[in-house]
Amino acid sequence: MLTLSSVSKTYADGTEALRDIRLDIDQGEIVALVGGSGCGKTTLMRLISGLDTASSGSIAVDGETIAAPHPAVGVVFQEPRLLPWLSVADNIAFGLHHLPKAERIATAQDALTRVGLAGYGDRWPRELSGGQQQRVSIARALVPKPKVLLLDEPFSALDAFTRAALHEQLLGLWDAIRPTIVIVTHDVDEAIRLADRVVVMRPKPGRIFEVVSVAAPRPRDPLGLPYEKAKRRVLHALDRSLQNEPTTKPAAASGDAALWW
Amino acid sequence: MSDIILDQDKNNAAPSAPRSSVARRIFHYALAFSVPLALALGWEFAVRAGWSNGRLMPPPSRILDAFADLTASGELKIHILATLARVLAGFALGAVTGAVIGALAGVSDIARRTLDPSLQALRSVPSIAWVPLFLLWLGIFEASKIALIAVGVFFPVYLGVSGAIEGIDRKLVEVGRVFRLTPFQMTTRILLPAILPATIIALRAGLGLGFMFVVAAEFMGASEGLGYLLVDGQQMGRPDRILAAIIAFAALGKICDGILVVLTRPLLRWQDLARSQL
Ligand SMILES: Nc1ncnc2c1ncn2[C@@H]1O[C@H](COP(=O)(O)OP(=O)(O)O)[C@@H](O)[C@H]1O
Ligand SMILES: [Mg+2]
Repeated sequence: MLTLSSVSKTYADGTEALRDIRLDIDQGEIVALVGGSGCGKTTLMRLISGLDTASSGSIAVDGETIAAPHPAVGVVFQEPRLLPWLSVADNIAFGLHHLPKAERIATAQDALTRVGLAGYGDRWPRELSGGQQQRVSIARALVPKPKVLLLDEPFSALDAFTRAALHEQLLGLWDAIRPTIVIVTHDVDEAIRLADRVVVMRPKPGRIFEVVSVAAPRPRDPLGLPYEKAKRRVLHALDRSLQNEPTTKPAAASGDAALWW
Repeated sequence: MSDIILDQDKNNAAPSAPRSSVARRIFHYALAFSVPLALALGWEFAVRAGWSNGRLMPPPSRILDAFADLTASGELKIHILATLARVLAGFALGAVTGAVIGALAGVSDIARRTLDPSLQALRSVPSIAWVPLFLLWLGIFEASKIALIAVGVFFPVYLGVSGAIEGIDRKLVEVGRVFRLTPFQMTTRILLPAILPATIIALRAGLGLGFMFVVAAEFMGASEGLGYLLVDGQQMGRPDRILAAIIAFAALGKICDGILVVLTRPLLRWQDLARSQL
C-alpha cells in the first residue's frame, strides 16, 4: 500500500542520508523506524510526506507516486507545530478549510473528544501542556482522514507516563480508522508496544539493517513472552547495527580519516 | 468529565480575578503618577513660597492657565489638528512604503541584497539633515513636512516588516506545505499572522518617530502646529506656552499610540497569555 522502491537521498552538500531503501507496508499496518541518530529516519519521513524529494527511487501510496505533499499522507512532527494564533479547535480544523464552517466545527469537536480534550477547543495552544499539544497535532493530522499517518519521534519530548497514555490513545485512534502508520522512535519499548514491524536502520549511509515482526497480539503485555522476544531481537539488531559499522568498511573509514587530516 | 472540571475552573476564577486586578491596576497608576505629581506640587509650593519667581520654569498653575488661554482662544485646537494631520499623513505614507518595501526585501533575496545596503546607509543620515533638501525640492509648505515625517516612519516599519518575514518559523511554513496551501493561502493563513506582532510593534515605533519628526518639520517654518507653538513660545519668551505645547505633544503621542494598541489588540489576543506569563 505504501511502497518504497530503492529510495536514495543525497543532500546538496553531498551527505548520503539514505541508500536503496526498499519497504512494502500494508494497509493499516503500523511500522516503527528505529536506529541511532543520523541514520536517515527523519529524511525518510520527509520524503514520504513529500516535503523533500528522493534523489532516486520512488515512493507510492496505493500506486500514486508521492512527489509533493499529498492528501493521503498526514504528518505529525516531533514538535506539535500548532499555529499559536489559532484556537485549539481551529488548529485541528486547519486542514479542513474546504468544508463548510459548521462541518469544520463539528469535526474538530468530535476529534477533540477522541483525543480526550473535550472542552479545550476555545483555548490557545500555549495554554496546553506538551502532551496535550501533541494530541492536538495528532488530531489535526487525522481529521482529513489520511491513508498514511507519519509520526517522527512524536513523544520523545514527553515524560514516560504521558507517553504511555498517548500510546493507548494513538492505538485507539488507529483502531477507529485503521490508517497505515509509520512512526520514528528511539524508544524500543514504544516501537514494540505500537508496531507490527520494527525496521532497524543503520547510518552512513542510512540503510535498512533488519526488519523485526512483532507477533504479539494487541493489547500487548510488556511482561509477556512474545513482547520480550521481539524486544530482545530488536535490541540485538540495534546492537549489531552499531557494532558492525567500523568493521564492515575499515578501508573507507580510514580513507575518510586521512582526508580529514 | 473534563468539561465539568473546566466549568468549575471558570466559576472559581471569575469573581475573584477582576477585583484583585482592578486594585492592582489602581496601585500601578498611583505609582506611575507619583513622581510627576510630587515634582509638580513641590514646584508649585516652591514658587508660592517665594523661593523662586518661576519665570523660566513656570509652576503648574501657570501652565494650566496657558492651557486654558490656548483652549479658550481656539488656538490649541488648531495647532493640535495641524500637527495631527501632518503626523497621520506622514505616518500613512511612511508606513505603507515601509511595509511594501520591507515585505519585498523579506520575501525576495535579490530585492534584499539590492535595496537593503542603500537603505541602511540612508538610515544613518540624521533626520534634520534632510530638511534643507526637502525644502529645496518640495517647498516650505506641507509636502516637505509630510515627506520628512514619512522618512522617519519608513525605517522602523521597513526594518520591522523585513525582519519579521525573515524570522518566520520555517517549521510553521512546513505545516502549511503539508496541508498543500496555495501561495495565497500560505500568505493569509500563515505568513501574515506570523508577522503581525512584529509589524504592529514596528508601526508603533514608526508612529513614535513620526511625532519626533513632526517637531523637526514644524521647526522648518510653520504657521500652525504644536511645533510652531514651541518656536513661538521661545520667541515671545513664554515658557508656560512652551511647556503647554510639550505636554500636549506627550498627550497626543500617547493617545495615538493607545488608539493603535486598542485597534490592534483583537488581532493579538493569542499573545496576551504569553505576555502575562513573562
Ligand atoms: N538538510 C540537510 N542537509 C544536509 N544534510 C542533512 C540534512 N538533513 C539531514 N542531513 C544529514 O543526513 C543524515 C540523516 O539525518 P536525519 O534524517 O535527520 O537522521 P535521523 O532522523 O535518523 O537522526 C545526517 O547525517 C544528517 O546530518
Ligand atoms: Mg530525526
